[in-house]
Amino acid sequence: MILYNNELDLSVQPSKLYPDYKSTVLRAPRKPMMIMKQSKSELSGPVFGHSSLGVLDHDLTKNSIKNGQPLGERIVVHGYVLNENSQAIPHTLIEIWQANSAGRYVHKVDQHDAPLDPNFLGTGRCLTDANGYYKFYTIKPGAYPWGNHYNAWRPNHIHFSLFGANISNRLVTQMYFPGDPLLDYDPIFQSVPPKGRKLLISAFDLSITEPDFALGYRFDFVLRGYRETPFENKK
Amino acid sequence: MENRELLQTPSQTVGPYFAYGLVPEQYLYDFKSLVSNQLIDPTDTECIIVQGTVYDGAGQIIPDALIEIWDASHNAFGRFGTGTDPQNRFIFYCHKPLSLDGSAPYLTVIVLMRGQLIHSNTRIYFSDEAELNQLDETLNSVPVERRSTLIAQKESNSYIFDIHMQGEKETVFFDV
Repeated sequence: MILYNNELDLSVQPSKLYPDYKSTVLRAPRKPMMIMKQSKSELSGPVFGHSSLGVLDHDLTKNSIKNGQPLGERIVVHGYVLNENSQAIPHTLIEIWQANSAGRYVHKVDQHDAPLDPNFLGTGRCLTDANGYYKFYTIKPGAYPWGNHYNAWRPNHIHFSLFGANISNRLVTQMYFPGDPLLDYDPIFQSVPPKGRKLLISAFDLSITEPDFALGYRFDFVLRGYRETPFENKK
Repeated sequence: MENRELLQTPSQTVGPYFAYGLVPEQYLYDFKSLVSNQLIDPTDTECIIVQGTVYDGAGQIIPDALIEIWDASHNAFGRFGTGTDPQNRFIFYCHKPLSLDGSAPYLTVIVLMRGQLIHSNTRIYFSDEAELNQLDETLNSVPVERRSTLIAQKESNSYIFDIHMQGEKETVFFDV
């Protein structure tokens, strides 16, 4: 039996064009998407093993130390990668990148006048275990200004890239923090329909908080699920 | 039959600062890349070059796109950010894909960039596979006047595949 990928759930996914996020205006495709019959290419994808990862890849507080500890609030983020069918996605890659605690990215394009941290690159990765569970350590990223509109600030967020069980389940997203007042003003977050927004906000988690060391946050990823029959043309 | 118990995590843009997370060595950051643009050794006699430029709706070259390719016929995956090439192209060294299940050979392509809230999916077919292209079910499902946007043009040892996000020449993107 072949299992086909579910469609994108448009009740929670952002539309491609969202003019409040200005750079979508010239970059979002405008013509309708073509429907494609899923084949082997859509039902397979790259696999990454433990051997590809460095021992400190999952610890952004340690993986680029030059002369001391990175500045900022240490956090530990954990959760599960699942699909819509509530099945765990084992041994799947999660790539991570973010600003430092001052809201500055190492990237040379970032000209925000906030300090770089010589001991923090802001990138890492981990694999889920056999139960789809992941955990990594980092520094809580700072908010930063951007040029979208007057006085625009991005809320604190961590970027993630996931592959899931096949290439069609590819997910690139951002995790936010509970209670951030900037969420109400951020067009990237607001591009998500209201029903989907809470899915992007992590939960403070005392159970994973490490005494005298790091605050804990819980964030689960849900990738597209499967069904037994290919989707018939809907348009 | 749909089988949905949990809600999908919404997509968010890859943003402008993915380089040190996803292609760190290409951008000279001190972190190992898991994926490069060399799906095979460029000196391999079977190596082809696939390259192109990404354009926005105003016809400007996009210098901060991330292009990913997946070749299911060789289980090979590659990634390239357009920020380090002097002409802001993407360039891949790979096998020519093989025909799968009678389809014409193609590469699966994922296009990510700032200004895209969800990545876009397309395919790269090859101009020197005219016979198989004519029979390909997916190509044939595309209106004939847009089909050429999916076909890389062979020029000496390279295949050129430009991606137009919008406009008259907008590349065909797929719901997968």
